[in-house]
Amino acid sequence: MALLEGETGPWEMVLGLEVHAQVTSKAKLFSGAATTFGAQPNSQVSLVDAAMPGMLPVINERCVYQAVRTGLGLKAQINLHSVFDRKNYFYADLPAGYQISQFTQPIVGKGSLTIDLASGESRTIGITRLHLEQDAGKSLHDQHPSLTYVDLNRSGVALMEIVSEPDMRSAEEATAYLTKLRAILRYLGTCDGNMEEGSMRADVNVSVRRPGAGLGTRCEIKNVNSIRFVRQAIEYEARRQIEVIEGGGTILQETRLFDTAKGVTRPMRSKEEAHDYRYFPDPDLLPLVLEPDFVARLAADLPELPDEKKARLVRDLGLSPYDAGVLVAEKETADFYEAVAQGRDAKIAANWVTGDFFAALNGSGKPIGEFTVTPARLGRLIDLVGDGTLSGRLAKDVFARMVESGEEADAIIEREGLRQVTDGGAILAVIDQVMAANGDKVAEYRAGKEKLFGFFVGQVMKASQGKANPAAVNQLLKEKLAP
Amino acid sequence: MSLDKATVARIARLARLRLPEAALEPMAAELSAILSFVEQLEAVDTAAVAPMASGMAMRLRLRADEVTDGGKAEAILANAPEAIDGFFAVPKVVE
Repeated sequence: MALLEGETGPWEMVLGLEVHAQVTSKAKLFSGAATTFGAQPNSQVSLVDAAMPGMLPVINERCVYQAVRTGLGLKAQINLHSVFDRKNYFYADLPAGYQISQFTQPIVGKGSLTIDLASGESRTIGITRLHLEQDAGKSLHDQHPSLTYVDLNRSGVALMEIVSEPDMRSAEEATAYLTKLRAILRYLGTCDGNMEEGSMRADVNVSVRRPGAGLGTRCEIKNVNSIRFVRQAIEYEARRQIEVIEGGGTILQETRLFDTAKGVTRPMRSKEEAHDYRYFPDPDLLPLVLEPDFVARLAADLPELPDEKKARLVRDLGLSPYDAGVLVAEKETADFYEAVAQGRDAKIAANWVTGDFFAALNGSGKPIGEFTVTPARLGRLIDLVGDGTLSGRLAKDVFARMVESGEEADAIIEREGLRQVTDGGAILAVIDQVMAANGDKVAEYRAGKEKLFGFFVGQVMKASQGKANPAAVNQLLKEKLAP
Repeated sequence: MSLDKATVARIARLARLRLPEAALEPMAAELSAILSFVEQLEAVDTAAVAPMASGMAMRLRLRADEVTDGGKAEAILANAPEAIDGFFAVPKVVE
């Protein structure tokens, strides 16, 4: 357990997360307007989204289907009967004066998620609930000195609010939770997890207490939009609370904002009664009733999720838990790896993908789908090592050239003559040359200085421009050097 | 159930309604009368009835996930007191 040391002794943090994840769908939750990111302002708004009088919401079946699949992916209870409520508040980007949400009867109940920590340990974090709700519009405060600009394109887009239990005890656990949740959503295809575009945002609840004591008063940090900021906000906020308490003060339950530029949290201008949302069932919408068959069909069609995929890679392909964990962390990476490993040695494929490939990919800054080296090309390179065309060392050189030029391995080998030399005669000729040039060392070796063997191997490889087959070099050298 | 003046003032504030001080007392009486009328329902024994969100014996209808609307920013902005560059423009909301 990660404890924080204060002036007066150790403290434990207690963390819970509320994640807003935009549902992947073409149209909005209750209207037929599009959800595409980055469109012209107010171009994806129906009269429903603008809350014109007399307009009625009709729910999008795809959003229901995505919420249920997400619930199943979180091993959660699916509520066959759920209700939409109005959450009432006034804000310039909320044209109806209320948000349609789910309060007392959400579509998904209790579930859980397993987080993987750097220590290699795993922990289970409870999920309290998942409910469907509408997003609000977007306010731009920095476009005009005295006016706020409002774009309703996002108004009415479907969100899943996923609430965790206060089960996390460190910033590392909270970021591991967000990372895993994002991976599960992306595997399921229910949210694209794109935090830069606001598809995923987190509200973080932070409190501190003496180890083993009852819960302290919590503060909620709103709308944190990257995993890195979640970590920073938690670390700052826990420290702040400890200092307040140790200084003799008390923590006020309040909503705070994380200032990304300064790395600090500060209170939002709090209005009295700001939290009196006066929820009541939306009279425009009937309860949402699901058939058990519908849920069972979705459960049967669920894709393999990260934890199961990791277990399978370890069990069936013999990968180490660490390599398997790295490979399944992103769906695209897992897909890439599985395409490379298809019909090949799984461990060799894993070494290539987690080694040279990741290094080059990270260096390029490109997403895996746009990278020059495709699964087919990397697979071909591995095959060329397998059939003896390339040595392991030559393959690394060829790979580096593939990354640079975007060519296939065969074209590079052909042009640069990088084919491995396995012909004994050719290698022997090089060995003779090296021995002739190093007569003194040959004598020393034969006099018992066997350490020099590595020197000869190095010289022969160098003279062959790395193309000689290392195993053949070893064997032939031993024979030639024997006294 | 009867509402006092302070509660009426609070409800009015939450609903962004400006009620003059003199109107609070009469409004409290009116709202209390409405609540009392609805309270007659408490005479019914509902111990064996599950809470309902609707009285209609119908189910929510679902719509296919297709884009069928939008592309009319001008119409959306037509009634806006002020619109600039395709945005609604409202007095600065500071947070």
